[in-house]
Amino acid sequence: MSANLRPLAIALGLLALWQAIVWLSGVPPYILPGPELVSAKLVEDAPLLLHHAGVTLTEILLGMLLGTFFGSLFAISMVLSQGLRAWLLPLLVISQAIPVFALAPILVLWLGYGLASKVAMAALIIFFPVTAALLDGLRRADPGQLDLARTMGASRLSTLIHIQLPAALPAFASGLRVAAAVAPIGAVVGEWVGASAGLGHLMLHASGRMQIDLMFAALLVLAVLAISLYAAVSWLGGRLTPWRSERDR
Amino acid sequence: MFSTMDSAPASYTDTHRPAPAVQISGAAVVYDGEELFSSLDLTLEAGRITCLLGPSGVGKSTLLRFIAGLAEDASGTVTLSDGSATAPKLAYMAQHDLLLPWLSARDNVVLGARLRGETADKARAEALLQELDLADATALRPDKLSGGMRQRVALARTLYEDRPVVLMDEPFSSLDAVTRHSLQALAAEWLRGRTVLLVTHDPLEALRLGQRILLLAGKPAKLREVAPPAGPPPRDLQAVGMGEAHAALMASLQAAKAAR
Repeated sequence: MSANLRPLAIALGLLALWQAIVWLSGVPPYILPGPELVSAKLVEDAPLLLHHAGVTLTEILLGMLLGTFFGSLFAISMVLSQGLRAWLLPLLVISQAIPVFALAPILVLWLGYGLASKVAMAALIIFFPVTAALLDGLRRADPGQLDLARTMGASRLSTLIHIQLPAALPAFASGLRVAAAVAPIGAVVGEWVGASAGLGHLMLHASGRMQIDLMFAALLVLAVLAISLYAAVSWLGGRLTPWRSERDR
Repeated sequence: MFSTMDSAPASYTDTHRPAPAVQISGAAVVYDGEELFSSLDLTLEAGRITCLLGPSGVGKSTLLRFIAGLAEDASGTVTLSDGSATAPKLAYMAQHDLLLPWLSARDNVVLGARLRGETADKARAEALLQELDLADATALRPDKLSGGMRQRVALARTLYEDRPVVLMDEPFSSLDAVTRHSLQALAAEWLRGRTVLLVTHDPLEALRLGQRILLLAGKPAKLREVAPPAGPPPRDLQAVGMGEAHAALMASLQAAKAAR
């Protein structure tokens, strides 16, 4: 089967499975609505869903930008300075040791019910994977190439720009893929704790009113959002590292 | 194989000030807690190709890295006979091509200029690649090149640096015999007039290219001179006396290996 058709086949298979479970189990629609009910809701409430999806997507994208920026800053500082690394590495581990979910109520308290607290959640949750991946990539530059750069009279910064950073791109792209997969979690958890918009907020709202079909519709939109984001980041990663064969990615 | 051989460059001294000699004194390197060599003195004669042979693991590459300023846990000094600073006069070529996989062949050749923030002379890089029979490969990335082509790009990168002192660590060892033979001839042309240290494990390469042949052996390692064949490099291996020279060099190498 063509690689392009495979995701479609998987999606159709999952839909069929979903429908089969609904038919075979006889679960009432207010517990598990079937695909056709949810599709109807998707169409009916499309403007509402799109509005909330837009909010969540904005949170995710801003969170990824912020998390990637600070993660890269951290990783590059640690590679440039042995002294800084000694100070930053424990901070990095601590950032990972504190469960980000536990921070959600505090962040909402500090940053309010709006965009900021969700962006902070998404940024925090991707900070570690991005930093760790980039740091790993930067430190795995070929020592022979670094030696060559030294004999060519390269400065520390120039070596970083021309050799270490490009060499770290594949690892960085992997880190970004992980970030794309987990950033939606951060945003949605932030919305659950307290928000006035977003797919997480919509789901919570629908749950309170027993609108299970709307909950599933929101969940579906969230899944499509997360998968599209992952695919986009994967594609971008591939475009940025054309020298790597498909097999290595 | 390399059709443009007849356009090989004039001697380095025609266009530059004469290359300086390189004086190494009191070189000592500890590797993995083991002293590879200590208080080693060596002068690389100005404008000549010195070949360094010796058993594996004796420290040939380490000595080369020491001269290039890359050895850790090292002491001793490297000075140039003209009194100038060493680093800007050196070009270094390792056993592996060390090409950056994300750059085209041409951009790999001008890597030194990019790293130093200088304007890259792409025309000169392309001319060098053309000399090395790589005219069609200038825009290709290393993953599209064969091993021999990659090594030729690495040679072009070394030559692009246009330094009076060139340090080469088994630069042709990963090539097939035919490519190696042509590259040796080409390198000999390009290196004429420069002060060269060529580490090799191939006695024939030393006999072909060396104007001076040194043997590094023992623990801690010491240097020994072996008389090179007469005539300028690249020498014809079919020439009279080459067989005897090879036999003598092999005997010295075997003795050196046994002494370890």
